[in-house]
Amino acid sequence: MSYFRAENLSLHFGGLKAVDSVSFAVEKGEILSIIGPNGAGKSSIFNLISRIYPPTHGKIFFEDQDITQEPAYDIAKLGIARTFQNIELFENATVLSNLLVGRHRHSTTSLWQELLFLPGVRSAEKVHRRRVEQVIEFLDLEPYRDKLISGLPYGVRKVIELARALCSEPKLILLDEPSSGLNVEETDDMSFWIRDMKSELGITVLMVEHDMSLVNRVSDRVIALNYGKVLAMGSPTEVQSHPDVVAAYLGA
Amino acid sequence: MRFIFKTDYEDDIRLLPHSGYIWTYGTLLVLLALAPFMFSSYIMSQIVFVCIYATVGVGLLILSGFTGQASLGHAAFLAIGAYTAGYLQQYDVPFPVYFLGAGLLTGAVGALVGFPALRLQGIYLVIATISFAFIVEEILARWESVTHGNEGMRVKTLSLFGAAIPRDSASFYYLCLGFLILIIVGTLNLMRSPTGRAFIAIRDSETAARSMGVNVALYKVKAFAISAAITGFAGVLFAHKMTFISPEMFTLQLSIEFIIVILIGGTFSLHGAVLGAIFLVMIDPFLTYLKDDMPGIIAGVAATFGASKATASNIQSNVAAFASANGLKGAIYGVIIMVFVLFEPLGLYGRWLKIKLFFQLFPLYKRATFKRQKIYVKSERNR
Repeated sequence: MSYFRAENLSLHFGGLKAVDSVSFAVEKGEILSIIGPNGAGKSSIFNLISRIYPPTHGKIFFEDQDITQEPAYDIAKLGIARTFQNIELFENATVLSNLLVGRHRHSTTSLWQELLFLPGVRSAEKVHRRRVEQVIEFLDLEPYRDKLISGLPYGVRKVIELARALCSEPKLILLDEPSSGLNVEETDDMSFWIRDMKSELGITVLMVEHDMSLVNRVSDRVIALNYGKVLAMGSPTEVQSHPDVVAAYLGA
Repeated sequence: MRFIFKTDYEDDIRLLPHSGYIWTYGTLLVLLALAPFMFSSYIMSQIVFVCIYATVGVGLLILSGFTGQASLGHAAFLAIGAYTAGYLQQYDVPFPVYFLGAGLLTGAVGALVGFPALRLQGIYLVIATISFAFIVEEILARWESVTHGNEGMRVKTLSLFGAAIPRDSASFYYLCLGFLILIIVGTLNLMRSPTGRAFIAIRDSETAARSMGVNVALYKVKAFAISAAITGFAGVLFAHKMTFISPEMFTLQLSIEFIIVILIGGTFSLHGAVLGAIFLVMIDPFLTYLKDDMPGIIAGVAATFGASKATASNIQSNVAAFASANGLKGAIYGVIIMVFVLFEPLGLYGRWLKIKLFFQLFPLYKRATFKRQKIYVKSERNR
C-alpha cells in the first residue's frame, strides 16, 4: 500500500472537467512533482487534497485512511501541510506569529487556561517557540522574526510560507509552485531546502512546479497533466521526452 | 533608542517587554487609583463611563479588530447584560451571581448569533448583526412581563457582600476599573496563545488558517461568544451606572458609538479601545459646550468685528438653533468616522505610535514609514 494515494480523482465545474479521473500514488519519503501547462488542473488537485473543494468523484487515501470526507481543518491535523501559489500569509501579523499559527495543530490548551495564561500554556508556548526557532534556523529567517509580513519582499514571503508549513511538522507537504516569482539564487536555495526537507526532516513532498530545472534537480518522479488528465508518469527525463508531453507544451 | 536584546523565549511571551513599561503602566495605575481623591464627582462619573465603554471596546476589538468580523449589534449584547441584571435583581439574587449569569447568558446568545454569521462576510455580516440588534430591541419593548416594555426598568443600587456601592461612589469606580483591567489582561493572555493567533489568522486569510488546522467555524463562534460575554458584563455595570434602563437606550446609535470607540482608537491594539472610549465620552461635554457657550462667543466675535446689535443677536440665535438641532450628534459621529477612515486609518493609537517613532528616530524619521501600499494582489479564488 502506498503512503498517499489518489484514486480516480475528479473535479467538475459544470461541464468543465478541471480534474478528470486522476490516479497517482506517492511513496513515503519521495519528492513527486506535478507539471503541466496552465489550466492543466495542477493546483486543483492540491485544492482537492486540502479539501478547499470537495471532489466530484474519487477518493484520497493518506496512510491507508480515507481522507476524502475529512473537514479541511483536519487535513492539517493528519500531518498534511501546504503552501499556496499566490502567497496566503497573515499580512498584518509578525513573522513569528505567522509561524506559530503553523503550530496550531499541536496546541492542546483550552480557552480557560489561555485566558489566565496558566503555567501549562506558558510551557507549551515555549515548546512551540523552540520548534519555530528550529525552522527559522533551517530556512535562514533570523533577520525577519519580528517584522510584519506586509513590509516584506516577495521572495522572503515565499520562504515564510514554506516555514509556516514546516512548523506544523508535517509528514506530507504540498508545495504549490515554490519557485514562482523567485530569482535564480532564491530558486537555488529553494531546491536545496526541498532536498533537505526530504533527507533531514524525512518529509514526503508533493510539488507543483513550472521551472523544469528545479523539477529535474529535486524530483524523484514526475507526473505530467493536461486538460485534467494524466499524460505521463515516471522519472523526470522519461516524462520530458514523452511524446504526449512534448505535444502538450509545444503543440502537435 | 532602546534595543531589546532577547536572550530567552520568555522575552517573546511576556506582556511587559522591558522595565520602561513597568514604570509607565505603574505610574498610570497609581494615578488611576488616586483619581477619586483628585477629581470632582462629575469627572469621576465620566471616567466610569470611559471604563465601561472601554470594556465594550475590548470586546468589540476581539471580534472586529482581531477576528475581522464586523458587528453593529453590540448594543443588543449590552442590553441583554443590563436586562439580565435588572431582572435577576428583582429576586434578590446577589451581585456576583447575576453578574456572572449576565455575562454567560450574553456569551451564549453571542454564540447563537455566531452560527448564522459563519456564512456571511463584510457588509452582509453587518446587516445580519443590525437585524439581530433590532430583534432584541423589539423583544425588550414587547416582552413586558420581564422587561416592563417601553416603561423601562429601575435598577437598584449595587450591593456587594452586604455593602451598598452607589453608582457615584469611589468603590463603583474601582469596580469598573478593576473589571476593565481584568478584561484587558485576559485578552492580552488570549492574544498570545493559540486561540488569539487563530483569530488573527482568520482575519487575514481564512483559507490559509483552515489549511493550517484552524477550525474556522469554531473559532468564529468562540470570538462571537467571548466578545458578547465581555459586552454583557459591561452591560451589568452600565445598568448600575444608569440606574434606569429602557429599550430606547440600546439603539443602533449606541452600536455605532462602539464602532467609533474602536475605529477612532485604533483597531489593531487594545490601547485603541481605551483611547477611543476617552474620545467618545468627551464628545458629550463638547456638545454641551457647543450648545451653551458657542452662540454667545460667536456673537461676541461678530460684535467686535463691527456687527450691529441686531445682527449679533440674530447670529446668536441661529448658532444656538444649529447647535441644538436634532440629530446633530449623529451627524458629528458620521463626520468623525469619515475623517478617521480617510486620514487616520490606524486611529489615535496609530498616531501616538507615529509621534513616538518620530522622536525615537529623530532626525531620521521617514514620512512613508506607516504608508500602506498594496504591492501584491492576494488571490481571491480560494475564499
